[in-house]
Amino acid sequence: MNAPEPFLVVENVEAVYGQAILALRGVSLTLGEGGVVALLGANGAGKSTTLKAISNLIRAERGQVSQGTIRWRGRDILGRDPSALVSDGLVQVLEGRHVFPQLTVEQNLITGAYVRGLSKLRIADDLERIYAWFPRLKARRQSRAGLTSGGEQQMVAIGRALMTRPTLVLLDEPSMGLAPLIVEEIFEIVRQLNRDSGVSFLLAEQNANLALRYADHAYVLETGRVVASGAASELARRDEIKNIYLGGGSAAAAKPTRH
Amino acid sequence: MSFFLETLVGGLLAGVMYSLVAIGFVLIYKASGIFNFAQGSMVLFAALAFVTLREAGWDFVPALLVTLVVMVAGAIAIERFVLRALIGQSDLTLFMATLGLSFVIEGLAQLFMGASVHELNLGIDDIPIEVGPILVSQFDLLAAATAGALVISLSLFFNFTRIGISLRAIADDPLAAQSIGIRLPTLWRIVWGVAGLVALVAGLLWGARQGVQFSLTLVVLKALPVLIIGGFTSIGGAIVGGLLIGASESLAEIYLGDLLGGSVSTWFAYVVALAFLLIRPAGLFGDRAIERV
Repeated sequence: MNAPEPFLVVENVEAVYGQAILALRGVSLTLGEGGVVALLGANGAGKSTTLKAISNLIRAERGQVSQGTIRWRGRDILGRDPSALVSDGLVQVLEGRHVFPQLTVEQNLITGAYVRGLSKLRIADDLERIYAWFPRLKARRQSRAGLTSGGEQQMVAIGRALMTRPTLVLLDEPSMGLAPLIVEEIFEIVRQLNRDSGVSFLLAEQNANLALRYADHAYVLETGRVVASGAASELARRDEIKNIYLGGGSAAAAKPTRH
Repeated sequence: MSFFLETLVGGLLAGVMYSLVAIGFVLIYKASGIFNFAQGSMVLFAALAFVTLREAGWDFVPALLVTLVVMVAGAIAIERFVLRALIGQSDLTLFMATLGLSFVIEGLAQLFMGASVHELNLGIDDIPIEVGPILVSQFDLLAAATAGALVISLSLFFNFTRIGISLRAIADDPLAAQSIGIRLPTLWRIVWGVAGLVALVAGLLWGARQGVQFSLTLVVLKALPVLIIGGFTSIGGAIVGGLLIGASESLAEIYLGDLLGGSVSTWFAYVVALAFLLIRPAGLFGDRAIERV
């Protein structure tokens, strides 16, 4: 019996930084096409490293995958050139809002289209698409990205990644350091993108409560291992997950709002 | 008064020559964070290659084109075979590599083209012409015009072309640039090629002014204060820094020279740079990290 392989399959991946520090100790996960999967865990649990192992940006930080396999759309992508992955439709949004501070908001977005080598006209079309999702960015299109607010920078980072026309987005800590209302706005856009455009998301997030509301499946990482996984709705009911990964203060801040 | 003006203008124009060398540094530093100490040797190599071809009987244009090809190809080769292997090493390691490179380039230049002093004639008479009340060197004017054209084309390149904007993206955040598929090695190759071109322009002008000789590599040392004043990441800064150094140097020579026992211009630039380091370490136009409070 041969069930079709899921969209993204990470199997038993071990990753090291600088030949010595073992950051992942056998992480396995799968993501179905069109799914939203959350990677939960505390700081240093290995969420970012997992994403970077998939996008192969880990190499830029002197790390490497020492064991395991990573398959995307049925093909082995371990160690592929990050640029080739981006042009195939796999893009990572880095943790901490890595915008290009000296470029304007619009130039930031445009750089995302370069990998596809489009004409100016097509780029302008795609820009309008991004502005439709993030109207705030349109108002600030001529500002230097470094001078915009934290929430706007996160939108620039996501919008720039969307300019590559991805089918899989690895989204690293989108809520980090942002006000709850802005976080809500960003997650709503993620949900919309997922539903309307069928973009799949692998979402690393410390704020488990929040992430579980938007994901359909989740994995919990602890010191480089998967220690729990399951449907998001089921994990959300497990008290230990809430308790372990949400300190009292942030739990209060991230309490689901009921409309 | 007109003597003061003449000194000032002469100094400003000489400063443009420093700027030309400094631009080569800025390009590579912006794109890869490498302080390319070999830029001075590239300047020498370009001048020497051109003059050797000319002395072998080549016409001006073919000699220029061949030198250009050699410079661009050489610079790309340096990036590919020396610096690519050192990706991820510390800044000091990269700097030492370019320091070593500068000796290799000088050695090769000497091996193939000899160590004697050559005269380089660009066909411009260095006769002063009268501009209003003052006399200005025709050669200096041409050098300034060349530098101006170079800066305008570079700034158009950085602001309006895909490659230019990608290069600025890399200068801002290399990891983010990679995350959206910008290929660093391709752009490094381009920027080294452009630095080779800039070295050629600087080499021809400096060579024509001073004669082509090994002391040309020392222009690097004059580019340093220019970079400190203008900032390591700004081409406009390199120009303004060069002008400031050139003007203050020649004014100091004239007006302080007698007081301080002469040859003020050999060290004055460094004093100015030192003052800048104390007051404004990022330089006038260097990118200070944008930080929101």
